[in-house]
Order: sequence, then C-alpha cells, then structure tokens
Amino acid sequence: MMSSPIFWVAGPYVVTLAFIIGMVWRYKYDRYGWTSRSSQLYENRLLSIASPMFHFGILLALGGHIGGLLIPESFTTRIGISESMYHVFAVGLGSLAGVFVVAGLVMLVYRRRRDFRVFLVTTRMDKLMYLVLAAVIGLGVWNTVAVQMFGIGGYPGGYNYRQSVAVWFRSVAYFSPQPELMAHAPLSFQLHTMVAMLLIAIVPVTRLVHVFSVPVGYLSRPYLVYRSRDPKSAAGGKPQRGWEPIEHR
Amino acid sequence: MRVMAQVGMVMNLDKCIGCHTCSVTCKQTWTNRRGVEYVWFNNVETRPGVGYPRGYEDQEKWEGGWVRGRNGKLKLRAGGRLKKLAQIFSNPRLPGLDDYYEPWTYDYDNLINSPVIDTVPVARPKSMITGKDMKIRWSANWDDDLGGAPETAPKDPMLKGIEDQVSFEFQSAFMFYLPRICEHCLNPSCVASCPSGAMYKRSEDGIVLVDQDACRGWRMCVSGCPYKKVYFNHRSGKAEKCTLCYPRLEAGQPTVCAETCVGRLRYIGLFLYDADRVLEAASVPNEQDLYQAQLSVLLDPNDPAIIEQARHDGIAEDWIEAAQKSPVYKLAKEYKVALPLHPEYRTMPMVWYIPPLSPIVDALSRSGHDAEDHRNMFGAIDTLRIPLGYLANLMTAGDTTVIRDVLAKLAAMRSYMRDYNLGRDFDESIPESVGMDGESLYEMYRLLAVAKYEDRYVIPTAHKEIAARLDESLPGCSVDFEEMPGGPVSVVGETRVTPVAIESFHLTRERARADKQADLEKEM
Repeated sequence: MMSSPIFWVAGPYVVTLAFIIGMVWRYKYDRYGWTSRSSQLYENRLLSIASPMFHFGILLALGGHIGGLLIPESFTTRIGISESMYHVFAVGLGSLAGVFVVAGLVMLVYRRRRDFRVFLVTTRMDKLMYLVLAAVIGLGVWNTVAVQMFGIGGYPGGYNYRQSVAVWFRSVAYFSPQPELMAHAPLSFQLHTMVAMLLIAIVPVTRLVHVFSVPVGYLSRPYLVYRSRDPKSAAGGKPQRGWEPIEHR
Repeated sequence: MRVMAQVGMVMNLDKCIGCHTCSVTCKQTWTNRRGVEYVWFNNVETRPGVGYPRGYEDQEKWEGGWVRGRNGKLKLRAGGRLKKLAQIFSNPRLPGLDDYYEPWTYDYDNLINSPVIDTVPVARPKSMITGKDMKIRWSANWDDDLGGAPETAPKDPMLKGIEDQVSFEFQSAFMFYLPRICEHCLNPSCVASCPSGAMYKRSEDGIVLVDQDACRGWRMCVSGCPYKKVYFNHRSGKAEKCTLCYPRLEAGQPTVCAETCVGRLRYIGLFLYDADRVLEAASVPNEQDLYQAQLSVLLDPNDPAIIEQARHDGIAEDWIEAAQKSPVYKLAKEYKVALPLHPEYRTMPMVWYIPPLSPIVDALSRSGHDAEDHRNMFGAIDTLRIPLGYLANLMTAGDTTVIRDVLAKLAAMRSYMRDYNLGRDFDESIPESVGMDGESLYEMYRLLAVAKYEDRYVIPTAHKEIAARLDESLPGCSVDFEEMPGGPVSVVGETRVTPVAIESFHLTRERARADKQADLEKEM
C-alpha cells in the first residue's frame, strides 16, 4: 500500500479534508467539550514534571518539523548552511526533543495508569489517542536516532529527507503532488508519516483539539474583559440557521 | 467618568448563626452535579480557622490577586502574561483536590438490603471521586464551631502577627462565622488571569461569569482568584463559579443564598461606580488606603451630575432609581459600617461585611458589665484587641482604627435604641460621639434590625424590553450531552444563552434516582 503512489496523493488530501470537516463540526456542535480536560486537580506531583517536559519537547519537535519540511534545502544552502551542518543540528535538536517527549510521555502514561483518580476519567478515545500518539513519537524517535544518527537501514550518514519527504510535503501543499518521492522513502519514514496522518485525522474527536486553542490572544488583550448581555443570544430567542437543538426534535 | 452599575451584597456578620442553609441551598441549586461535588459556591467558615480551601488566604503560597509593582502599576501576583503562558502545561499554584477535600457519600443501601447479621449494618463512606471506601479526613467546614481549633486554627493565615494575642483555650476563645461567595470584584484577577478570555464581567450588572463554550480549562483563574472562588469542574474540564444567581436577579429575585438565609443577614442592591477610576483606586501605594480608595469609586446616586452622567452612559431609569434605594450603598458608603473582605488583594471586592460586635458584647456581659451602655462598649472595643486586630486583618489590611469606628457605630446604635425601647428620651450625644446624627443612626437601625424583604433586596429586573425572554422557565436553553468519543459532548444549537454551568437533565435525573454510588460509576 505504502509503495503505491496513489496512497501518497489521496492520503494527505483525505486526511486534511477529514481534519477540517471534523474540526468545524466539533467547534460548531461541541464547544463545551473543547478543553484540555486537565487532570491536575487529581494528581500534581508527577504532572508538574511530566507535562511541561512533554509539551515543551513537542513544541521543539514541531519547530524542527516546520524547519525540515517547509524550508527548502536550496534556501539553507544559499545562506551558507551545508547539508552536514544541517544534519548535525537537526539530529542534535531532534534527539533532545525526543528525550523530553519520550520521558514525558512515559511518565504521563504511567501516571494515568497508576493514579486511580486519573485512570477513572480516561476514556476509550484517550487510550486510542495515546496509542497513535506513542506510535508517531516512537517512529519519529527511531527515524532520528536509528536512521539519522546511526545510519541503520542502509543510510550511512543519515537519510536526506529534505530531498524527498519534504519536497513531497510541499508538493502536496501546492496541489501538484509528487507521490513517487514518498513511495521510495525508507519504510520507517513512510510509517511515521502514515501514522501521523492517522493522528491528524482523529484529532477532531479527541482531547487534542486543545492544541488549536493556544491562547496567543492573551498576550495582546486587555486584562479585564467586559461583555454585554446580548439580547439576541438570550434564552427564548428563535434558533437561526443550522441544526436544531436535539431536544426540539 | 464612566458610570457603570454593579450588583453588590452586604452580609451582617453579627446575625450569622452558622447554620449553613445558604451553602446547602446554593449547592442544591448549582453544584449538585458530577465534577463539582467538592465545590461550594457559597461556604460558611468559622473564624479563626483555615477556611476553604485550606489556608486560601496565604497569598505567599497561592499567589492570587494583584500586587503593586515598583513602577506603581498593578500586576498579577502570580506573574505576567508570558509567565502565565509558560506555566500553562502545569499550573504551579493550583490547589489540589486534597486542599479542598475528597467528596463522599454513604452506602445507605447497605442499611436496607443488609442480610440478617449479628451486628448493626453500617453505611460506609464512599468517595464520590473513585467510588471506593474512604476515610473522611477533611471537608469544606471541618473546623466548624472551632472544632479541632487547638490543632488547626493556629494555621489561620490571618493570625500572622497577632499570634501572641490569641488563645484557643476553651474559656478565652472567640469565634464568628464568615459566609463567602464570589466577590464579583470591580478589578477581578480571575478575569485577568484567563488566557482564553472566557471569563468576563457583565457590563450591565458587573456579575463575573465563565463562558463555558470559550473556557479551555487552562486553570489560571482558579489560582488567580485570591478568594479561591473559581473552581475546576474535573469532569467537564471547565472552570465554574458563583453566578450571583443571575437568572434570578434578572427576574428581580434575590440570590438563593440570600433568599434562604435564616438570619436574614444578606442585603442585595446596586452600586454605581466610576469604571475609569477603578484601576487608579486599586493601585494606591499603601494597602491600608485601599478601603478608602474603594469607597471613592462608588458614586452618589442622588447627585444630579452623577444621574446625568449615568443616563448618558446608558443606565436605565429604573436602575438609577434602584441605586438610590440601594441598601448596600447605604451600609457601605453612607453609614460606612460594611467593609470589603481583604482589600489588600486589590481586586475591589463587591461583597461587603459588617464586622461582628458580638465577641465584645459577650465579653462585657461575662465580666459583669452593662453590655449595652455605650461608654462600657467603647472602652471594651479598645481593650479587646484580639478581635479588633483579627477583624482588621480580614477587612482593612490591618488598620484597626477603621474596625474600631465601625464597631463603635454598631455599639452606639444599640445604646441609642435602648433608650427608645425603654421609653426614655434619645441621648443625642451618642450618635454625635460616632460622627453620625440621630436620624441616620435610627435609619441604620431600621435597615439592620427590622428591614423587610423589599428593603433588603432592591433588585431592578433585567432591561424590560428583553425581560420576558430572560425568564428562566422559558425553553431555548437546551443543553444535552452524551457519552461520545473524546468525552462528554454537548450537541447544541448556535443561538442560546452563554452557558455558565451545564449538566444535562438526564444526568441530573439519573443521579437523583440512583440507589447506589455503583450505579453512577457504571455510566462513567
């Protein structure tokens, strides 16, 4: 399946569509459920170490992905960063992020299983999400450490994904997909990308939606918020367009 | 000047008998849902005592409220915006469930369905969080009536600096009750702490609310509020708080806590205040000037210039009228007997307290003095330093002279009215000695002692054009959520009131009908 070029054309578009429709649906019909569902109230000791570790690690990894996938190799070469320099830099920061994320995730999962209060509020969807997330992270760390650092899989000196995976990624974004680039990538890179697409597809039905509520507006809004009692939205107002609330049916 | 209206409350602590009716009726109305079992929007604390959650007034530990920076500007004690965002993954100042208490119920079923056994069947306490057997170690009012005070009361943060003057020996102990709800502050630090901007102050009546659809559960409001009156619903993952029963207020009814108060000690009415001066008043350098600064932003609703400005700022005529009749304005600003709780937090709280005179009256009677003679009482107020210093720590950032003045007025009122009750002539030197005239002292007596329902609660309805639609009994606020992937999911329409607390009708009914805690766990 993954060596089929069709998969690397249809896959990303189907996932993106599912993600967008899912997010719009969730926002429109479940704003009340849109939260990080923090369990800090139950247990704080482990969380206070594990959660920042995991999240900051993820942010670092996210930055690395943006740099690796969006910035073309030709650009970094032009500003004087050679491929080997870039490689050392990427593997270094990537491993650091990997250590943080894996250590954080292990502690968080341990905490979720071990603390009975936290375990009780863990839904089936949480478990699925943890599984997929762990798979993405595991494969990502494998790619960074095994393939890029130690050259396992027949890529001494690492695999230059910036000439294949990254170009494919941008080609999808430009709507002129070049699937053969991905179809010939190492299996672990293909797997990482595939599971990541699965993760993106299920984001709208998981607690991961909180990622898209990063409160950057807090930095610029005034401290105090005043809001008027809006008569139009008050109870008894006629439902406008959209679906009718369930109880009215 | 920008005139805004604020619904405020005054509680007369002398009348509180600590019956907890307000807490219970509030809980039945607002927090009898899963996720907020441990939450008391209204709680009654015995003071001295550690309060709920334990030791919440220790701001060095919890870092709630505002502080004045070196540049004279206010900043959140827990840090600015960047620091807040950096701590979003784990809030270092969030009280844990154990700082509140682990809520429980009893296995009553065992009393009924027990087989024939030699011993009496017992109803074991079951945790409402885990459903398992638990040991009850703490609650929202564990130290009620000074129970266990020799052990717990010395941990009261308000005893700092006056430890040597306080004794918890049975014969020399003093206590009073402090009912607490959200302060609906003019300068709310919870609102300022919310990264999502989900918390807001209603511009019509100043009620501070959480938009349940916009809250993302970052928990900064919980730690940002120095009174710890914003709570985290651990099932929905959203913040919830006292709403000042706004659906009732909009219909002209008092809050549930006030309506059901056995001692009739609560007063509800309007303040008109100058919104442009709030920040300036909250930033005065000396903490002990904050009480006066807070009084100075309250505007005189009978001043023609203020009325003109209020009209200009869109305040309806019936609201201006209500502000003129407001019992809370009279008690706070005219008679100056009601004081804010912890002005030093710089949030400008709008629930005011008339400090209790009772420890002094009791002490006088016990020592064989005539406790209603104002000369005896004035002397006693000065010599009984313990309650004075303690009350000052609660209400005036430690300034005992303000407390003394208030208690003197209350003492003068008793003494003045005794002459009336005994058929003697009024002694006009009594009101003079506390800087009041006989007429206002008499009016204050009427308000504090015999005020009727409509005098204690002067609540203008929500603006008339939309009042009908705001009736709480009308349909349209349809909320429903089912167990769906990703947690509780509400399926709601676009046009409805901004929800401030949600549980579905079905869940409430199921819980009310459940025989056993186990039945509830099943649906989890």
